[in-house]
Amino acid sequence: MLIYTIRRLLLSIPTLLFIAFVIFMLLELAPGDPMAQMPLTIPPEVKEKMRLALGLGEPWYVRFPLWLKQFFIVEPQYWIDGAFGTNFADGAQRIISFQSRSPVFDTIAQRMPQTLWVVGMSYVVGVLIALPIGIISAYRQYSVFDQAGTFVSMIGFSVPPFFSGVLLIVIFSVQLKWLPSIYDTTHVVTDMDSFVFQLRQMVMPVMVLALQTTAQVSRYMRASMLDNLGQDYVRTARAKGMSESTVVLKHVLRNSMIPVVTVIALGIPSIFGGAIITEQIFKVNGLGQLLIIALQGNDIPMVMTITFLLAVLIVMMNLIADILYGILDPRIRYD
Amino acid sequence: MTDTTVTPVEKPRNHWWDVWAQFRTHKGAVAGLGFLVFITLFVTVGPVIWDVDPGKLNIRNKDVRPIYMALLDSNAKVNWANPMGTDNLGRDIMANIMAGGRVSLAVGWTAMILAVFIGTLIGVLAGYFKRLDGLLMRFTDLVLALPLLPLLLVMMLLFRDPLRATFGPENGIFILIVTGIGITSWMQTARIVRGDVMALKEREFVLAARSIGTPARRMITRHLLPNVLSPIMVSATLGLATAIITESALSFLGLGFPSDFPTWGKILFDSVDRMTAFPERVIWPGLAISLTVLAVNYIGDGLRDALDPRIRGH
Repeated sequence: MLIYTIRRLLLSIPTLLFIAFVIFMLLELAPGDPMAQMPLTIPPEVKEKMRLALGLGEPWYVRFPLWLKQFFIVEPQYWIDGAFGTNFADGAQRIISFQSRSPVFDTIAQRMPQTLWVVGMSYVVGVLIALPIGIISAYRQYSVFDQAGTFVSMIGFSVPPFFSGVLLIVIFSVQLKWLPSIYDTTHVVTDMDSFVFQLRQMVMPVMVLALQTTAQVSRYMRASMLDNLGQDYVRTARAKGMSESTVVLKHVLRNSMIPVVTVIALGIPSIFGGAIITEQIFKVNGLGQLLIIALQGNDIPMVMTITFLLAVLIVMMNLIADILYGILDPRIRYD
Repeated sequence: MTDTTVTPVEKPRNHWWDVWAQFRTHKGAVAGLGFLVFITLFVTVGPVIWDVDPGKLNIRNKDVRPIYMALLDSNAKVNWANPMGTDNLGRDIMANIMAGGRVSLAVGWTAMILAVFIGTLIGVLAGYFKRLDGLLMRFTDLVLALPLLPLLLVMMLLFRDPLRATFGPENGIFILIVTGIGITSWMQTARIVRGDVMALKEREFVLAARSIGTPARRMITRHLLPNVLSPIMVSATLGLATAIITESALSFLGLGFPSDFPTWGKILFDSVDRMTAFPERVIWPGLAISLTVLAVNYIGDGLRDALDPRIRGH
């Protein structure tokens, strides 16, 4: 298992390098010009100097390794310096955003908590709703509850977040006036009232993202439970006179959770993708919104870094899913 | 499953006749098919009957509410000339939803066909030719590890101007969106097709065909492709649903078609700012997207059951 993990970790390095290269070349080949927003009155030679100052003078085979070095060596050094007060980085050049002229990672660190709160909460809520639905749907297959669960998950698959979000706003903010439609990220929780406000403003974005998670995970949970409920060991357990709750919730559930856990791990990156749209609807100033703004402003270092971070997340979650599968299911042997 | 185009339908045990019989037992799938036919007719034949130019401005007649609002509020500004109301520039919303639906469905179908084509090509090549398998599947894994939505956004933003200059504003964006969605959603099809082709390759009929000297090209088109048609069709329905959602999402983020060119996602996006006063402008295009995708998903569900020989006939 350990050898397998190490091998997979090593294998993910070329994968990530390739992905970084694809993203970099896509941005490089694209005809968009980061200087396009500058006033036309700037003389060409000054413009050329500004271009050089942005680091655009060098060819791609110089800039790509430079970006890799900044991402993998310089930025962690700054991070360690910030955490422990050391001085590894020694004033090395960081990845600088074209738009704000500040280090990309500082901006990302500012935006990260909002996204993590909304996305993380929604994922937890979504999974917590999905698991009981999946279990009951499978246990009472073809019952009214199962039919309803199937229908709800079909809706979760079909209704895009930009419609479910807008619909929730129309119903709960516009008509009923229960919940605020805009997520206030400057809000600080100090006492009970502000905590309640924080909860209220989180309800809608969390529910929009959770609906999609619920739809997916409950389907997998149901299918996995159905697979296991027909197995011989279930009959044996029942024949031994075990109570129905022990059979279902201990024996069957534990075995059914194995594939579902991997599905949950694999779903994490896609929920970040969904957050791009949800943040746009509820005006959360998180990572997704940062990406959209950076895209519109031709802020290449910012786009490159955020996109690559998402790719790292995908590769890591794939790895974690595979390893978890091996740990949870002793029948799976990778070596 | 033999040559389906030549076999007459009247023949008693036609394969597709069985599939259709099984498909009809799935109520959701039949309802979905009905709705898909309805919405397709609505956006294609609809404009012939409802002969209003979707882009025609009529500023004196702006912000008309839909006709049903007259029941709830007798003072609402309604008129029968615009049954679904008009937007803030006086454009007829029903004509816009028809025009937008035509674009959305066209993008969905074309992108799905492209994705299924690429996926089938790569899947068959990887499954049939051992030498290509490792390379193509590693490539598929790499593409699966890419963050697709951000990359699609990057592609939209960076390549729109040159394509607009070459093919004109509408065709250019159409080509860009269709290609973008197509090349980012073929991977599942490729994996499924590869698996099935590898399993089929070990079967006796393939051995028999090879023993009489069938060349690889004929082997694929004559023996393998007809047998992997079922999973391809199921993943095609899934592909259609995702393509429609992705196109709407791009339009919703303001990175889709130009602003005077309606699609369902675009109409939704344009109406969000004024949804407090005019919620119906958000709800109609949103419902159109959701119901179409729901219908397609149900058709996929029904097809999966109908094409599975273990379920069929029970």
